[in-house]
Amino acid sequence: MEESQGIPVSKSRVLVSVKVWSAFRTLAVSFGLTASSFAQSAAQESNSTNIFAPSSTPADSIFRLSLLVLAATGAIFAVVFSMLLYAAVKFRGRSGDNREPPQVYGSDQLELAWTVIPVLIVMVLFIASARVIHAVQDARRPPGTIEVTAVGHQFWWEFRYQQYGFVTANELHVPVSDPGRSSPTFITLLSADTDHSFWVPRLAGKTDLIPNHPNSLWIDPQEPGIYLGQCAQYCGTQHAKMLLRVYVESRADFDRWVRKQQAIQANAAMSPEALEGRRVFESTACINCHTIEGTVADGRFGPNLRHLMSRDTIASGAAPNTSENLRAWIQNPNAIKPGSLMPAMNLTNKQLNEVTAYMLTLR
Amino acid sequence: MSSLPATMPITETPWTLPSRGRVGMFSLIAGETAIFTIFIVAYIYYIGKSLSGPMPRQVLEVPIFNTICLLSSSLTIHFALRALKGGRIAAFKLFWFVTLSLGAIFLIGTGREWYRLITKEGLTITTNLFGTTYYSLVGLHAFHVSAGLVGLLTVMIFALAARVNQEHAERLDVFSLYWHFVDAVWVAVFIVVYIVGR
Amino acid sequence: MGMTAMSSNSIPISETVSQVAERKPLSEILHEWVITVDHKRLGLMYIGLALLFLALGGLEAAIMRIQLAVPHAHFVSPQVFNRMFTMHGTTMIFFVAMTILFGFGIYLVPLMIGTRDMAFPRLNAWGFWMSAFGGLLLYFSFIGGEGLSGAGTAPDVGWWAYAPLTSPAFSKGHSTDYWTISLLVAGFGTLATAVNFVATILSMRCPGMTLGKMPLLCWMYLVTGGLLLFTITPLTAAQLMLMIDRYLGGHFFDTQAGGSAVMWMHFFWIFGHPEVYVLILPSFAFVSEIVPVFSRKPIFGYPIMVAATVAIGFISMSVWAHHMFTVGMASYSNAFFVLTSMAIAVPTGIKIFNWLGTMWGGQIRYATPMLFCLGFLFQFLIAGLTGVMLGAAPFNWQLSGSYFVIAHFHYVIVGGILFAVFGAFYYWFPKMTGRMLNETLGKWHFGFFFIGFHLTFDFMHGAGILGMPRRIYTYEPNRGWETWNMIVTVGVLFQAVAVLCFAFNLFWSYFRGRATGNDPWDAWTLEWSTSSPPPAYNFAAIPEVKSRRPLWDLKHPEDPDWRYE
Repeated sequence: MEESQGIPVSKSRVLVSVKVWSAFRTLAVSFGLTASSFAQSAAQESNSTNIFAPSSTPADSIFRLSLLVLAATGAIFAVVFSMLLYAAVKFRGRSGDNREPPQVYGSDQLELAWTVIPVLIVMVLFIASARVIHAVQDARRPPGTIEVTAVGHQFWWEFRYQQYGFVTANELHVPVSDPGRSSPTFITLLSADTDHSFWVPRLAGKTDLIPNHPNSLWIDPQEPGIYLGQCAQYCGTQHAKMLLRVYVESRADFDRWVRKQQAIQANAAMSPEALEGRRVFESTACINCHTIEGTVADGRFGPNLRHLMSRDTIASGAAPNTSENLRAWIQNPNAIKPGSLMPAMNLTNKQLNEVTAYMLTLR
Repeated sequence: MSSLPATMPITETPWTLPSRGRVGMFSLIAGETAIFTIFIVAYIYYIGKSLSGPMPRQVLEVPIFNTICLLSSSLTIHFALRALKGGRIAAFKLFWFVTLSLGAIFLIGTGREWYRLITKEGLTITTNLFGTTYYSLVGLHAFHVSAGLVGLLTVMIFALAARVNQEHAERLDVFSLYWHFVDAVWVAVFIVVYIVGR
Repeated sequence: MGMTAMSSNSIPISETVSQVAERKPLSEILHEWVITVDHKRLGLMYIGLALLFLALGGLEAAIMRIQLAVPHAHFVSPQVFNRMFTMHGTTMIFFVAMTILFGFGIYLVPLMIGTRDMAFPRLNAWGFWMSAFGGLLLYFSFIGGEGLSGAGTAPDVGWWAYAPLTSPAFSKGHSTDYWTISLLVAGFGTLATAVNFVATILSMRCPGMTLGKMPLLCWMYLVTGGLLLFTITPLTAAQLMLMIDRYLGGHFFDTQAGGSAVMWMHFFWIFGHPEVYVLILPSFAFVSEIVPVFSRKPIFGYPIMVAATVAIGFISMSVWAHHMFTVGMASYSNAFFVLTSMAIAVPTGIKIFNWLGTMWGGQIRYATPMLFCLGFLFQFLIAGLTGVMLGAAPFNWQLSGSYFVIAHFHYVIVGGILFAVFGAFYYWFPKMTGRMLNETLGKWHFGFFFIGFHLTFDFMHGAGILGMPRRIYTYEPNRGWETWNMIVTVGVLFQAVAVLCFAFNLFWSYFRGRATGNDPWDAWTLEWSTSSPPPAYNFAAIPEVKSRRPLWDLKHPEDPDWRYE
């Protein structure tokens, strides 16, 4: 029977046990790394986008459901894997033994058992999921809800606070929600162009922004802080840098921020350079894309710049909001965000300095 | 296998399997059904959703005559094949020709309807959602009718050259399945476009 | 052993293909292969095509992984990266997985059902050439249009090509058209192959081989063929609609005119989900043939395996919107798709248990085919479980669109399908060429690939859990994703080494592998009764069978299978 067995069985058995052991080692290492890594990440509060570190009810409901699902799938894995391992080891053919083992064709009882038990598990997981779906998707708006409309653009976020009458971009501010007196934020999700997805893992699951198909999601963050996220549905060249920052603040801080955003700034106290910059801004194509309330600029293609300097980042998180970055961005957006839809305006160095100075006055 | 032991009994009942032509054609029809279903679903979903432009009720005329022609062609092809199986070649040729003609009349009728819709009613594939879905669905069907006509014409030519006889009946029967399918699709399209959608 | 007596069934063709080749001029050989309608040659051509595209798709993956190894890398531009993930996905699904699985099926099914060729040999050839031209057209996109030195026009809309990103407004030039048309062309070839599988299996079985007696592989390909008829056609329809939008000014997916982007998603996933079952069922087929032979027992629970396969086929057509849990469907819609998606886990799990039951009490021989099947079982188990996680819609709201999902489906496609395919190579290469693949190289291949696979795809789950979305050409350094990405990239090296081992093994063994006869593995299905490689006509006389394991009956006349079935 030499033909039917490739090489002597004993050698293959050694190789198999080596492979089994190396597999085990890989698994053990990866599980260990996994556990410690998640613990570490969860500790880094403000930079974490860990789905297992929820800070808001939707994310928390998902987290609890995930524990149930992980428990069920973990148990199934443990049982089946150990049986697989057992069978793989225990029923190895002995070298030189060419007798065929008993030819078993099946077992009706076993088939029934391993059909019924999975069906039961499926039912449990289905019901648990359905409850969370309903709780999250069909939630009612309590009084005191903050309403925001998010409009997805290539490649930035527009946030319209219709209750307060202002528009901002890329950085969302919401008040912290007290579990006792819930003040969630409901975000209506629209799109101006292609599909996007709003994903801030610690606050909620993601929901897509699809043109002609309004969606909504809600968050009620219970811990102040900055929560990071980004667009999670491929929307074009710069999908990767359509970042999100959600600032969860105390009610007082939030109200203060709202008032600042509502204010139309007075023209006084601008340096001559900034005044010249404003003139350049208003006489070039900038005004076709951007809005600055109180000026002639009322374009809607690009972000609202009224209170640009109240933001920590520019270009939807692509760069920190410093005067150097601002200048570099205006000079050539594609250097920071290649594929961005803002064209380089071919301004002279003098004009760049002036426009940047003007931007710096937009507090 | 020639090396099977002679003691193995030969199967008592004759070993019959469905004809591969028939299975193949049914499989093709299954796939085509799925394509048409998707176009029909799109049509139904977009009923009433056009943002502008002519509405179905305003411009569509129910093509009764065309429909009668096409559905009758299913009957005539059936008669043609019955004649062929019975060896009556002349009758087969006549019925086959009538089938071909009825199909052509249907196609011409569709063409005339489109001409009227485009030139008089200003409805094109780009006009609105109705235009897009209407021309796509009816056009896809017309394309399949055309393909069927090509087949019918090919057989007609062979028949006129006296090259078609009884032994080809099975194969042409398989072809007729396609023609019946095309007619069945028209029933669905007719109901969705001219009855439900108006 | 009665085996040697079996070779009398075929004319002793002791020459291997390479010896025959030496006698004819190259142009004649090429001509023969180009005009062939022989299912065995077409099967090999499909497999060869797939291996070519595997190399290209693998290159695309490597480029992405190098770019993502560290944050803010500048290995490739975002435009190039976006083309890479689009082409990688499209290539691997349509021109690697589908073609290689078709190749094995086209080669094996006629042999296993005891007939001389597929039901429609010329249609078979047509299907192959349509697939080949589709692949060629897709890759022509790299040099078409703006040319090699220009921006290039390979598609960059992702392999699902969501609307309205694909509309003329957002997808200028012809890159999206290359995607659409190449897949349309290949899709017609696929439809032809599906028709051929169904017709062959239903209409060409040898006497005595009722549906209940044909090898499980044939059942899997029958259901695959049937599924394809209803699966590839929705994609064809959607692509026709997209072309109408792009070329004729239609509004199917034009949101500005009231069209629906979500409708594209529905149509695409009505294709897309059953498509992955089209890919996994043939992989199940290979495992279902290899595991019994190497466990020395019949497949455990044949009737249930058939029922589970058919059930999977049907249920798979009802789960599609689990790819759309985040698009804002109503809560009851989401709940429905949770139910169906979880339900499909039941027949799938049943299969795993049955394979386990086949091994149980056996005398397992760990030749390379069995090693790959063991890897399959382990990895498919995990893949199925992460699939259950993804099926729980709220959990999906976090996991979808992230690297967790990428890890999950690569676990299925690489850890499951590719492992099964590798197993199939080692198992059937002797039949196709008359030579064994080298066992030692095979084990190195397995070892390296196993390690590389787990390094890459185990740790990829971590990046997803930490919130890393997919389809991004770079990422921020402050989110804790760097280590995970680096390990993921390192795994690629091991996989590359493994694949090189495999490629070398293929070439070396074709010329210098140990020559073998009809039945090197002591197997039981009809293909092992012919010579290796089989003659053009497969069998001198059409066989007649009485059980699912005709060769077992011959080798064990005192205890034939037909007494127990």
